Amino acid sequence: MTTTEPPPTERPAVARRPKTRPGDRIFSRSAQVAGILILVILAGVAAFLVREALPTFTADPSEIDGGKGFFSYVWPLVFGTLAAAVIALIVATPLALGIALFISHYAPRRLAQGLGYIVDLLAAIPSVVFGLWGIQWLAPQVQPAWGWLADNLGFIPLFSGPASATGRTMMTAGLVLAVMILPIITAVSREVFLQTPTLHEEAALALGATRWEMIRMAVIPFGRPGIISGIMLGLGRALGETMAVAMVLSTGGFTWSMVTAGNNTIAAEIALDFPESSGLKTNTLIAAGLVLFAITLAVNMFARWIVSRRSEFSGAN
Amino acid sequence: MNLSIVRRTLAPVAVASAAALVLAACGSDPDTGNSSNESPDGDNSEGSDGAGGGDLSGTLNGAGASSQESAVQAWIAGFQGQNPDVTVNYAPEGSGAGREQFTSGAVAFAGSDAALDEEELAAAETACGAPAVDLPLFIDPIAVPYNLPGVDNLQLGPVTLANIFNGTITTWNDPAIVADNPDATLPDTTITPVHRSDESGTTENFVEYLAAAAAEAWTYEVSGEWPADLPGEAGAQTPGVIAAVQAAEGTIGYASAAAVGDLQTAAIGVGTEFVEYSAEAAAAVVDASPRAEGRAENDIVLELARDTTESGAYPIVLVSYTVVCTSYADPAVGDLVKGYVGYVASDEGQQAAAAAAGSAPISPELQAEVQAVVESIEVG
Repeated sequence: MTTTEPPPTERPAVARRPKTRPGDRIFSRSAQVAGILILVILAGVAAFLVREALPTFTADPSEIDGGKGFFSYVWPLVFGTLAAAVIALIVATPLALGIALFISHYAPRRLAQGLGYIVDLLAAIPSVVFGLWGIQWLAPQVQPAWGWLADNLGFIPLFSGPASATGRTMMTAGLVLAVMILPIITAVSREVFLQTPTLHEEAALALGATRWEMIRMAVIPFGRPGIISGIMLGLGRALGETMAVAMVLSTGGFTWSMVTAGNNTIAAEIALDFPESSGLKTNTLIAAGLVLFAITLAVNMFARWIVSRRSEFSGAN
Repeated sequence: MNLSIVRRTLAPVAVASAAALVLAACGSDPDTGNSSNESPDGDNSEGSDGAGGGDLSGTLNGAGASSQESAVQAWIAGFQGQNPDVTVNYAPEGSGAGREQFTSGAVAFAGSDAALDEEELAAAETACGAPAVDLPLFIDPIAVPYNLPGVDNLQLGPVTLANIFNGTITTWNDPAIVADNPDATLPDTTITPVHRSDESGTTENFVEYLAAAAAEAWTYEVSGEWPADLPGEAGAQTPGVIAAVQAAEGTIGYASAAAVGDLQTAAIGVGTEFVEYSAEAAAAVVDASPRAEGRAENDIVLELARDTTESGAYPIVLVSYTVVCTSYADPAVGDLVKGYVGYVASDEGQQAAAAAAGSAPISPELQAEVQAVVESIEVG
């Protein structure tokens, strides 16, 4: 530690090899270790999940929660997880793209900076706080809307009544999730939109395009892979979000309706039932966690594939 | 050049002197550490020799039911106030986890909403080297809060209550509710029953009451999880249920009485009268309850009389046990357990829990029984 001064030896005049300084070696080695470590951690998590989940698959189906085996236990949870995430994406994506475009192409520079900062701040709010907000404030506010949906569009299974009296429904949970993933999608898309080559934009304008046409022809095609990865990042968070859903959603068995109490997500189910679980129930919950792990992995790989398929047309090369 | 020579020659000296300083500091540290450690060590052996109040020291670990958590916090604070050298840790990981850790010998005592079953008793006997006992030291009345402005002093018989929660009764002016409340003006608001979405001892005790007092209306399995196919809303943990009841009119739920706050609560039908929850009424049902059969003499497990008709008893209570060994091989741990559980069972401990967690203090008779068991714990 104290050898900070290299000994000043006289160098003989020999052919110089490319010199590797200690800093180079240390850095490359530590970067390598970091890279390997993330793989090891991922593999470790997967191995743990599989090992702990195994008893669930070998156990007698009647002993699993619900008494009909693991599959019938987990599919409503998978449905709930996907439903909440899809609602969140449907709400958040257009809003996030609008905010991102406004910041990158419409807002005056000073306003844009402040706005970007505020959107980033949203990402720093802990999910428990979103949960509190959702249950105390948002749910009672949106309850009449769900009542209206149930009364007027109740023939659609997704809105069949009676609507929840407290407003703590899948739709509300989806809205809370939408607010939570908004900053992620916005931040990624905004960065990509700002990267659009000025030449493309100016060329479009020179050809007589309006600003909206310029955005449609130059900015959005260029930014598409970025938009998609932003959406996928947001989807990842929405799928795994635990606390906010556990607090906001009035959980229950499977129902198609998104405006009544019912349904549950995998992450919320684990958070709610794990504290008092023991024995096979714990294994079942971990197996549900394994399913969530697999879904998230699949979503991310799908996003990678889309991005790589699109990248050659993006103009980024 | 000169400077670098000076630096070069001085550097080792500087390093050496710095090292010497550090070594000296290190050397003196363990010394002082040892000398300051000696006194607690001494205290510890003294404490185990003559287990008197106020001079215990060491660390005691427990785990278990989260229902007891705020009471245990109060007990720990009170006990550590009496014995400043003691640290008591309680991990509120759930009853199941607590029993598991206790029967494997990982913790010295456990909190549990259910008594040890036969299998667990056998495992505990192996871990303790002597039988384990359950001591009912935490009685928590479960209130039935409702949100129906304009309707005060709601009264509900057990069958009506069961029918509300199983979805048979759907409006507040249902004839069954009107029959229970002849003097009240009931609106036609839809009833939204609210239950716990997580697995909990509160749910288990509530449905156990429904199954015992209204067997024909409540045919569902008694467990900590709410029957999945029943209508109604769910809230995460006690605050979630309270928040849901507060959020909308026409709701009714069940929650630890300490948590209901400003909400109105229903009086429950017992025999021919309706009883509001209170500490005395909750303790009364515990006193009216027979002991579970097939248990050791000092293993105080109650078969709660949910269907009691005794006047002034409130039957919806959660009784949570403190589980201890009857013999501890390690005298330090044994003395701590005796001291701690003795404090918990004392008037002071029970009052502390009542103030902090809204629990009902156990009756003097039960208290005397528990103290006798605690006294009989063998140490060493």
